[in-house]
Amino acid sequence: MNLLRDINPVTRILGLILLTTPLLLSVDVVSAGVALAFTVLVAPFCGVSWGRLLRRGWPILLAAPLAAIPMALYGRPEGETYAQFLFAHVTDNSLQLAAAIFVRVLAVGLPVIVLSADVDPTDLGDGLAQVLRLPERFVLGAVAAARLVSLFRDDLDSMRRARRARGIADQGRIRYFLTLAFGLLVLSLRRGAKLATAMEARSFNRVAEHGRTWARESSLSARDWIVMAVCLVVSVASIGIAVAVGSFRFLGVA
Amino acid sequence: MAPLVEARGLGWRHASRIHPALTGIDLIVQRGERILLTGDSGAGKSTLLAALAGLLGDEEDGDQAGTLTVRGTVGMVLQDPDSQVISSRIGDDVAFGCENLRVPRDEIWPRVRRALNLVGLDLPLDHPTRYLSGGQKQRLALAGVIAMGAELILLDEPTANLDPAGQTEIVEAVEAVVAETGAALIVVEHRPHLWRAMMDRFLRLESGTTGTAGTAGGSGGGGSARLVETTADDLPSLPVLPAAPGVPAGTRSLVEARELQTIWGPPRTLDLPAGCSTVLTGPNGAGKSTLALTLAGLLPPEGGRLHYAEDLRQGLRKAPHAWTSRQLADRIGYVFQDPEHQFVARTVGEEMAVSGGDPDRIDELMTRLRLAHLAEANPFTLSGGEKRRLSVATALVNAPTLVVLDEPTFGQDPGTFTELVGLVRQLTADGVTVLSITHDEAYRHALGDHEVVIR
Repeated sequence: MNLLRDINPVTRILGLILLTTPLLLSVDVVSAGVALAFTVLVAPFCGVSWGRLLRRGWPILLAAPLAAIPMALYGRPEGETYAQFLFAHVTDNSLQLAAAIFVRVLAVGLPVIVLSADVDPTDLGDGLAQVLRLPERFVLGAVAAARLVSLFRDDLDSMRRARRARGIADQGRIRYFLTLAFGLLVLSLRRGAKLATAMEARSFNRVAEHGRTWARESSLSARDWIVMAVCLVVSVASIGIAVAVGSFRFLGVA
Repeated sequence: MAPLVEARGLGWRHASRIHPALTGIDLIVQRGERILLTGDSGAGKSTLLAALAGLLGDEEDGDQAGTLTVRGTVGMVLQDPDSQVISSRIGDDVAFGCENLRVPRDEIWPRVRRALNLVGLDLPLDHPTRYLSGGQKQRLALAGVIAMGAELILLDEPTANLDPAGQTEIVEAVEAVVAETGAALIVVEHRPHLWRAMMDRFLRLESGTTGTAGTAGGSGGGGSARLVETTADDLPSLPVLPAAPGVPAGTRSLVEARELQTIWGPPRTLDLPAGCSTVLTGPNGAGKSTLALTLAGLLPPEGGRLHYAEDLRQGLRKAPHAWTSRQLADRIGYVFQDPEHQFVARTVGEEMAVSGGDPDRIDELMTRLRLAHLAEANPFTLSGGEKRRLSVATALVNAPTLVVLDEPTFGQDPGTFTELVGLVRQLTADGVTVLSITHDEAYRHALGDHEVVIR
């Protein structure tokens, strides 16, 4: 089951903003915990099973402790001190902040994983231009460029082989990667220029003067509004619960 | 009725160049006319097409001379199939031009279906474009142009990067399209024989250095070009080259592959006879490049046996894919399909010197491949033929025993083509073993001492 199938990709972006922005107001375990619990619970209904969430979300699972550990060591010392050396103090307060940061990174990061799954760049482009009214030429250029990314890998493979075949791949690793990166940049620019020509050859240059039509309509339906409303309700509710149980800490102070 | 295209003394100079790419062109094109445009590399054919398509840009990009009037919608199909796919689904790709022309939504989809039908792309509208073959991609671009309702269709070497089946596909599609839509057609092509049957008019763009007087055109100063009317019989014919002599009896093998399993395709068994030219043919996607890369030590084999003769190994015991880059380059030269992938330096001279070959040999190669005058030029700014010659030259710098060329004649004019064939012949005469991947009949005829066909 996927409740988000066929919703407008713009809804995913707006929903993400609604769901995560309020969480930035407070650094506490409760508000982030509520939002995180919601995300994890609904993920399987949004086309992202828990297994997939783990597979796609591992960078965030890695980032969370990395963000929390410095907080535990260097967060403002308060309450009982459990350990200390040099400038590091592990205290009640710093541990509390660390836990809050840990949960918060997950609460902000995992919705990105859930909401960005299965987004088609073409549909996203349609939505950005028609619903959000971003400049058409910019959006179309970005969508077309996204398609070129898949060609990078092929280019990179060919370039590595060519360097090996020419006897210049034995040099130092850093130098090798620098020249490879530079070569890739040059090739990408050239590919981009060719693509731009192909687009101009189909009258793309006239869009600036008189706009264009869209073969597919992109608009927001009732379901889109419901998804956005749910996101807002969850974030407001999580803040509300934090206030109610007295754990709300504006930006982590007080 | 006023002609579709009227050009008087048309010229263009790119902002970054001293010399104009095009000067003094007079051209009238009537509606429905079918024109084949030939001419040497660098004569300005592509620039002329770009001018007609309105792709040359504004004053910032260069200076235009003379006048050009185009009364109708123009659509252009470019040479490289990969770089003109715009969308990730075929329906969207065809619709792209219609949208830019502000065609109403209800009208777009019928146009898209009709265009796809006409070019014979019988696939669902949401079929991913990345799964199309080269020939299909070119037909897709053509469909995009038809859907726009183009009254003038411009094709810039549309078959240059295709195998023979793909070439036939695109020629047939174009024929169906112009018959159905009545659009005028201008085709630039190095291999005009594919197109001659369907053309009304044959034009040749001559670069002005010969300076023949008495014909209209040439109003610009300096090296002015001329458009000359010719006939089907005056088309540049395929170069007549001596047939490959074959492999002399008793020739030993330099490379033996037995049930060699590559990362793509079935196991292959083949031999490369020493000091001979072998051509490897087969349809797009059969795994020719993968096989050649594996034979040349650039990809590890997945199984089977790959044996090199001692004069290729030169003392090395390890499998070739485990050799160092240096060891490999001293033994095997590889010319990649896209020359741009192998350029690493800022100038042609540095490009030749970067792998540390003998300076005398470098000088000799640059003279032989007519690159000496370009020593200071940036490799990326060279013409297609020059890029190809440079990529061949760099592969020969270290005097390899085996040279592998992947589609060396793609998109090359007859002059460069003949030159390449001559060069390979000279290599084998010097005892070098050569393997070429090719689709080209003429190349195969001239260099197929030994032929390997894979499917």
